[in-house]
Amino acid sequence: MSFDYDKYLRPGKLPHIWCPGCGHGIVMKGLIRAMDTLKLKKEETAIVSGIGCASRLPGYIDCCTLHTAHGRAAAFATGVKMARPEMNVILCGGDGDGTAIGGNHFIHACRRNIDMTYIIMNNYIYGMTGGQFSPCTPTGHKASTTPYGNPDPNFDIAKLAIGAGATFVARGTAFHANQIDKLIVEAIQHKGFSVVEILDDCPTTYGRRNKYKSVIEMMNRLKDVAVPVKAAEKMTAEQLQGKVLTGVLYKEDKPEYIAEYAKVIERAKAAK
Amino acid sequence: MSKKVAFLQGNEAAAHGALYAGCNFFAGYPITPSTEVSEVLSIELPKIGGKFLQMEDEIAAMAAILGASLAGAKVLTSTSGPGLSLKQELVGYGCIAEIPCVVYNVMRGGPSTGMPTGPSQSDVMCAKWGTHGDHPAICLTPASVQETYEEIIRAFNLSEKYRTPVMVMPDEIVAHMRERIVFPEPGEVEVTPRKSPTVPPEQYKPYDTSFGDVPPLAAFGSGYKFHVTGLNKASDGFPTTKANLVQAEEERQVRKVDANIDDIVQFEEYLLDDAEVAVVAYGSTSRSARYAVNVAREQGIKAGLFRIKTFWPFPDKQIKALAGRVKGIVIPEMNLGMCSLELERCAQGKVPVLGIFRVDGEPINPDQILDKIKEVK
Ligand SMILES: Cc1ncc(C[n+]2csc(CCOP(=O)(O)OP(=O)(O)O)c2C)c(N)n1
Ligand code: SF4
Ligand SMILES: [Mg+2]
Repeated sequence: MSFDYDKYLRPGKLPHIWCPGCGHGIVMKGLIRAMDTLKLKKEETAIVSGIGCASRLPGYIDCCTLHTAHGRAAAFATGVKMARPEMNVILCGGDGDGTAIGGNHFIHACRRNIDMTYIIMNNYIYGMTGGQFSPCTPTGHKASTTPYGNPDPNFDIAKLAIGAGATFVARGTAFHANQIDKLIVEAIQHKGFSVVEILDDCPTTYGRRNKYKSVIEMMNRLKDVAVPVKAAEKMTAEQLQGKVLTGVLYKEDKPEYIAEYAKVIERAKAAK
Repeated sequence: MSKKVAFLQGNEAAAHGALYAGCNFFAGYPITPSTEVSEVLSIELPKIGGKFLQMEDEIAAMAAILGASLAGAKVLTSTSGPGLSLKQELVGYGCIAEIPCVVYNVMRGGPSTGMPTGPSQSDVMCAKWGTHGDHPAICLTPASVQETYEEIIRAFNLSEKYRTPVMVMPDEIVAHMRERIVFPEPGEVEVTPRKSPTVPPEQYKPYDTSFGDVPPLAAFGSGYKFHVTGLNKASDGFPTTKANLVQAEEERQVRKVDANIDDIVQFEEYLLDDAEVAVVAYGSTSRSARYAVNVAREQGIKAGLFRIKTFWPFPDKQIKALAGRVKGIVIPEMNLGMCSLELERCAQGKVPVLGIFRVDGEPINPDQILDKIKEVK
């Protein structure tokens, strides 16, 4: 029997705003399957996003959903989770939202290690505003504001998250749709701040400008560049040139913030 | 039983007033001259199982309190000028999504870094016009340590009652001076609870105007599922661009405050009954003004004081009536003329509005005000 997505979707909210061929919907389906695997209760789950095409995702899911301001999802989510630690808090948004305007909140959320999961849909571009370059647009590529090729170096989101202290970091792609829910399940089960980067596609504003003839071509690229971490262990540096590692890239057991804050409360009460 | 008395600073009183009002969540970022609020709450909140967060910047602090408020907490942030500027986009988010919260802002010299330890009253316009778009604004300007305590409680009450951000803006003098304060007993001062939904979760809409201009707000995690966005929204909380809905929602958001001005606006009238000159003042400046009025009276000049406690909404009705009775209005303020613009608007040219504007980090002294009172002919 095919999977019933409707049980987590809000009735009457489709069709979604995404363009045909946009990868964000694939990520949403992965998230829904993950929620189902974990049997997350809708009223006990908050999904928090910023602004952008990717950040429209929460509106379609039948939970407590919070579509905040551009870049601020992590900071709003911190408030929700700290006020109601018993809730499952999932963040989502685009590469621009999370690493440009929201970059500061992102690294500090990684550092604090609050038990939340952040899904970043990296389509290498500011999709919603028409394709300006983001901190994740590869150097040399074209965007509406880099007509001569992007002079900026780009972020590696997963490395950024690991460097900032996230205790679970994974990467998947919109092509490897069946892997997305598995990565999200593992991320949610992890105690601490988990980051799942999904390499995604924006045919409308990025593909077009960078000579991709079709969505299929963009998807094929994701297929070609992705190398599972296990497979990479057996590959030479030369073979790994231009490839991107996928799967669980980093995992660490570290004190989780809410548990640590509970100790602060205990100490304060004892000192009273 | 005699009441508990203390000798406190304005900022400390603000923290204790917040606790009295039931504040259980604070997020902030250190900035002079408001940091003592953070320091006191970092001690006190964990004792009651509350949460204190020092965030990475003021934007994050504002975001965190909005998120926590949606999850049912009673929330406060504190800051000063530069931090207030950073918070503004999300103050607007609080207005449009209608999330109760209190923003405590100590006014220091500005713009930019200005004079971090110098007093000022130059953020009062920022309280209303700082964030973009049409939106309601409530801002209280206490003049003493006791009043800071009381007005913080009132700010929490107003934010819950009207489901909107409320600002409390003492100037640096009020925030840093120490005075005797008498604490109310528990239960003595009313604390307004949030209006929670009475309908079952399936029927709940976060902006359901069949309950009036201030619809009940459910908390995330309390069994209700709903959507919150900063986009213009319909009563179900989902974005809309339908012209009639957007117009109606925008108007309601402003009307819920404007139609209740008498409930929100508080002021003090001192020796105004027979006054020929009205000094209008707020915050610490009103203390010099009261002194000047007393001296003027001793010298046979019929002066009085109208002390603004609620800066926004502005006490239009009272100032218009005043302008019809006196020969002139004197406004001392620590900025280059902000309240004076509102006074001129209300006076409608009927009487002169004479300003004393200081931005040099020094308080306005009674002599300056007395001299101005004497200029009214
Ligand atoms: C404060 C602020 N600045 C700028 C914008 C305009 N803006 C909206 S979405 C967006 C970029 C979104 O890009 P990304 O997060 O990568 O999401 P995508 O649309 O690519 O999925 C920008 C710049 C905004 N809404 N708010
Ligand atoms: S513009 Fe790009 S990111 Fe936005 S919906 Fe279309 S394809 Fe997706
Ligand atoms: Mg993007």
